[in-house]
Amino acid sequence: MSELSPDEWTAIWLSLRIAVVATLASLPLGIFAAYALARWHFPGKMLVDGLIHLPLVLPPVVTGYVLLIAFGRRGIFGSYLADLGIVFSFRWTGAALACGVMGFPLMVRAMQLSFESIDRRLEQAAGTLGAGPLWTFALISLPLALPGIVVGAILCFAKALGEFGATITFVSNIPGQTQTISAAIYTYTQVPGGDANALRLTLVSIAIALTALIASEIVQRRAKRRLASFE
Amino acid sequence: MIEVEIAHRAGAFRLEVAFENDLGITALFGRSGSGKSMTIGIIAGLIRPDRGRVAIDGDVLVDSSAGIFRPKHKRRIGLVFQDSHLFPHLSVQQNLLFGHWFAPHRVRAVAFDQVIETLGIGHLLGRRPASLSGGERQRVAIGRALLSSPKLLLFDEPFAALDAQRKLEILPLIERLRDEFKIPIVYVSHAVEEVARLAGCVVVLENGHVKAIGDPVDVFGPAAIQTGESRFSRSSVLSMQVGGEDQAYGLTELQHPAGIVWLAGQAGPSGGKVRILVKATDVTLSAGRPQNLSVRSVLTGKIAAVETEGPLAAVEITLDGEGRLYAMATRRAVDDLGLRVGDLVFALVKTVALDEHAVGMTRP
Repeated sequence: MSELSPDEWTAIWLSLRIAVVATLASLPLGIFAAYALARWHFPGKMLVDGLIHLPLVLPPVVTGYVLLIAFGRRGIFGSYLADLGIVFSFRWTGAALACGVMGFPLMVRAMQLSFESIDRRLEQAAGTLGAGPLWTFALISLPLALPGIVVGAILCFAKALGEFGATITFVSNIPGQTQTISAAIYTYTQVPGGDANALRLTLVSIAIALTALIASEIVQRRAKRRLASFE
Repeated sequence: MIEVEIAHRAGAFRLEVAFENDLGITALFGRSGSGKSMTIGIIAGLIRPDRGRVAIDGDVLVDSSAGIFRPKHKRRIGLVFQDSHLFPHLSVQQNLLFGHWFAPHRVRAVAFDQVIETLGIGHLLGRRPASLSGGERQRVAIGRALLSSPKLLLFDEPFAALDAQRKLEILPLIERLRDEFKIPIVYVSHAVEEVARLAGCVVVLENGHVKAIGDPVDVFGPAAIQTGESRFSRSSVLSMQVGGEDQAYGLTELQHPAGIVWLAGQAGPSGGKVRILVKATDVTLSAGRPQNLSVRSVLTGKIAAVETEGPLAAVEITLDGEGRLYAMATRRAVDDLGLRVGDLVFALVKTVALDEHAVGMTRP
């Protein structure tokens, strides 16, 4: 198998960058949403829950199109953000936004389960010992939910790496700017003689996915061993 | 001084509890589902009651009529749960210091070393909760609550998950907490032995309401005799004074105006006050002074009441001096002896039936 071409390297780095940024940027919001859904009761909770999970069930093209309407240069929010110098359309940042939105429900779901599985009495114990809600969250809930948070982040990262429909609808398929591995593979399969390139990128894609999965498994095992069952 | 007067509704269950106490340990006693844990939860601030008032030493924590509800992290109440609930991701030392760290400097009244020493947990500091035994975990949980320098300690059935042996290790510790750290304690239990041993005041809960309240000596016997519970749960609590020791035989003399009870083993310094728990089924009655029997512990008194129920008779005896003793006998035995209210009677207690571990020092 021949060497990877500069264009392919670009697509790989771009994919990784988009996935990492999408994951890191969604992380705080994801943790907040997961904790709120797991622990709080508030009016409209079901609606919020539904909105977060919508990208999971909508066709990705629809999500991409909604993003275009909302965050496109002339979109509802996009036009204001453009005035502030924040542009998403046809930029890698837009791809990161699309990937973040698509990965968000997976991230929140894993984290929510993790928060829900924490014995409430531990949080109550922290409270009676003088820790206010923020301290309790930082010192008890967050560390105990860590395995789930790692899983959520990995799921979001994996989803972001593979995202195709929403991204291509929202920010198109521009080499060097928004052309991720998936988009590049798609392009290669559309041109004559591109099969070898497509296969190489496919193998790279598998390798990245496997590495991420193994890494998450190791992190999780470590976290679990640290918490060990306290029965 | 702890004052509680609360009303709360959860589904079909209604809680209406009021008590106050300023003597050491207050025990909330009752079956599961009687509202003990809910009361504890309200005092600790885990549950907001529909209405009511909770105050400790005049410091008002809850007063629904004034709209006061202090959040749990500002109450300084140390809660020890049924199954310890140590933080699994922290070491024993970090667990212990958790509340200590949050306590403002001016209120840090409890010294780390003293707690470690009293609870005997110095060798556990570097360990993780997962590697501790049940008894060790519970001791660490007590230490953790204590080190937050609380104004009140709440124990929610702290021994429910422990075996009898572990229980015996920790019961004396709670007495030491009461005496050494001078922190008032509210103690939830459904074990008569624990409550009789520890509490200065017992609040008996049933179906969310206070059924009886007062000194364990007064509360237990009558409550048990009226409920129609199994005869095995009927018991009396007697206040005794520690007398001399028979070192040759390893016995301790416990004195009461009505007579002497011998205890296997030791019961604290001579002259101290102790409480013993005597099961009604362990008491034998005699119309005359007994002779040639193996039983050495005899108490005298007058029959206050005889209650019959099928083949059984429950006899209430007013002991000479003070106190009441309950005895179970067959109805035929009572009739054969001709026991009637007002008669003098000798009550025999088998020393071997008394649990010397359940004998607690009451406050000096």
